[in-house]
Amino acid sequence: MSDPVTVLEEEIEKARHPFTEAWEMFRRNHAALVALVVLTGVVIMAIIGPALYGRDPYDMVWTPFTRPGENWDFILGTDYLGRDLLAMIISGTRVSIIIGLAAAFVSVFIGVTVGALVGFYRGWVEEVLMRFTEFFQVLPTLLFSMVIVALFGASLPMIVLAIGVVSWTAVARITRAEFLRIRELEYVTASRASGARNGKLMFRVILPNALPPIIVQSALMVGSAILFEAGLAFLGLTDPNVVSWGQIIGSNRTYFLDASFTVTIPGVAIFVTVLCISLVGDGLNDALNPKLRAR
Amino acid sequence: MTEPLLKVENLRIELTTRAGVTPVIDNLSFELGHGENISFVGESGCGKSMTALSIMGLLPEGVGRIASGSIQFHGEELTTASTERLRDIRGNEISMIFQEPMTSLNPVYTVGEQIAEVLRAHQGLSKKAAWDMAAELLDAVRIPNAKSRVGDYPFQMSGGQRQRVMIAMALACKPKILIADEPTTALDVTVQAQIFDLLRDLRRNTGTSIIMITHDMGAVAEMAERMIVMYAGRNAEIGPVDQIIDRPRHPYTKGLISCVPHIVANLTEERHDLTEVPGIVPSLQEFGKNRCLFASRCNLRTDECLRERPPAREFENGQKADCWHAEEL
Repeated sequence: MSDPVTVLEEEIEKARHPFTEAWEMFRRNHAALVALVVLTGVVIMAIIGPALYGRDPYDMVWTPFTRPGENWDFILGTDYLGRDLLAMIISGTRVSIIIGLAAAFVSVFIGVTVGALVGFYRGWVEEVLMRFTEFFQVLPTLLFSMVIVALFGASLPMIVLAIGVVSWTAVARITRAEFLRIRELEYVTASRASGARNGKLMFRVILPNALPPIIVQSALMVGSAILFEAGLAFLGLTDPNVVSWGQIIGSNRTYFLDASFTVTIPGVAIFVTVLCISLVGDGLNDALNPKLRAR
Repeated sequence: MTEPLLKVENLRIELTTRAGVTPVIDNLSFELGHGENISFVGESGCGKSMTALSIMGLLPEGVGRIASGSIQFHGEELTTASTERLRDIRGNEISMIFQEPMTSLNPVYTVGEQIAEVLRAHQGLSKKAAWDMAAELLDAVRIPNAKSRVGDYPFQMSGGQRQRVMIAMALACKPKILIADEPTTALDVTVQAQIFDLLRDLRRNTGTSIIMITHDMGAVAEMAERMIVMYAGRNAEIGPVDQIIDRPRHPYTKGLISCVPHIVANLTEERHDLTEVPGIVPSLQEFGKNRCLFASRCNLRTDECLRERPPAREFENGQKADCWHAEEL
């Protein structure tokens, strides 16, 4: 143990571990690091915020349109019904984050499945599934998700599904491209030569190596899903029983000229969160993309 | 001799390219006995690797196919075997090591996991037993400190060590046949010698037959009992290694041997100039024509060579050469 050479060797090996190296690269991107800290704060707020700040976001607690700073009991002021904006923002965090993550999960799930099948089997599977993907790609996304929500009701799961269904094509294309590249590599042939089945080749051999760009894309997907939900909520296509950031903006939009803060504050929350997610995604790209390593 | 372990007869493999269908392997036959080491020699693109892939049932899908002929393993026909059966055989009874040890291991798993995976798939070992076995195998292929290296990722190992890991993985299920496709091409010379030593020792200990694909005459002379010289998808010459090196019966083999400096120096006292085989390999379009494909590069060429494909001439020492002028050589 105390032999300095062994210790040194262990240190070197530790430092070269892929995860350590990825973290080193991520840390060099200062914007991403700051964004990660902010994002952690947002997530903590989503988890324990409502319990910590006990006020019900639906209670009419004070005079409508109290400006921020007018009354220190309501730091961010009140909306058109006299509800506490801070309470609404806090409970909206949870909904927005959950929708962002769930919708990204749905689109990654569909996208990876389709992309993996297409990239692995090629042939007629590729023909059929790629036409299917292209069909989804040319659909006007907002319109299509509006139709889904309008038809099947504006519940949270339906909104998640609607966002996921219109945004998986990018993941599918990335996964396909990675599979096409990796399936020709020698270790895939070597696994095949050692008798691995197709399912194992796809998901145990190729997929783990295809993950880095998929991870980056999924991170960005979370941000765009939050934006998408805000857009739907702004148009009133959201579950009226839960508060989300977009819904606060949507319900206050009529009073925009008189009380702009009711729209601006949730807007800033969305802006900061989505920006941070994008910056973290960018940092992940630095960390996981070997082509950028040399810099 | 009893029934051979592997018997390839009149194998013809066709590749479908834009230019049409070309036979990349044309009428190839050979036998591999138990514990025997046979070597395939030839230039790049002469069909050595294709032969190996066809035995494994791994010809590129939609592009290459076995047009005719048979491959029999233990009397079992492999050309018509189901994909299920082939999958059972691959890695278990016939396994393969590749040219590029740097890229033949999956970078996201530890070497132990990769060896254990093969054991669990084919032998149904438990996770723990497979892992312990992996450590033993690494020790068997002489990786120092195998117990702790078993948890290493491929990037933590050198090229030679990775090739040892590949060999350990290939030998994990004690296969009957090991196909080594240019196992040392990517390694430097001292490591090459170590890998050959290792393969020789393993063969002695386990009785595994080895099919070695190479273009290194030195390696052949060192490792194999019999050799097959291939040219443009066809068998040029086949026979015992020492006989062929002593007296090649095909002008191509002769050319190949005189290309290697140290073999010539060993055989004769005087120094020859190092020679080359003039010309280039025929293009794929030429493959399958009814004439001697080597004729354009051959200094013994006669009208006969251009008119008809030479039949195999057999000699009493077991040598067989596809050349019109085999007796003259």
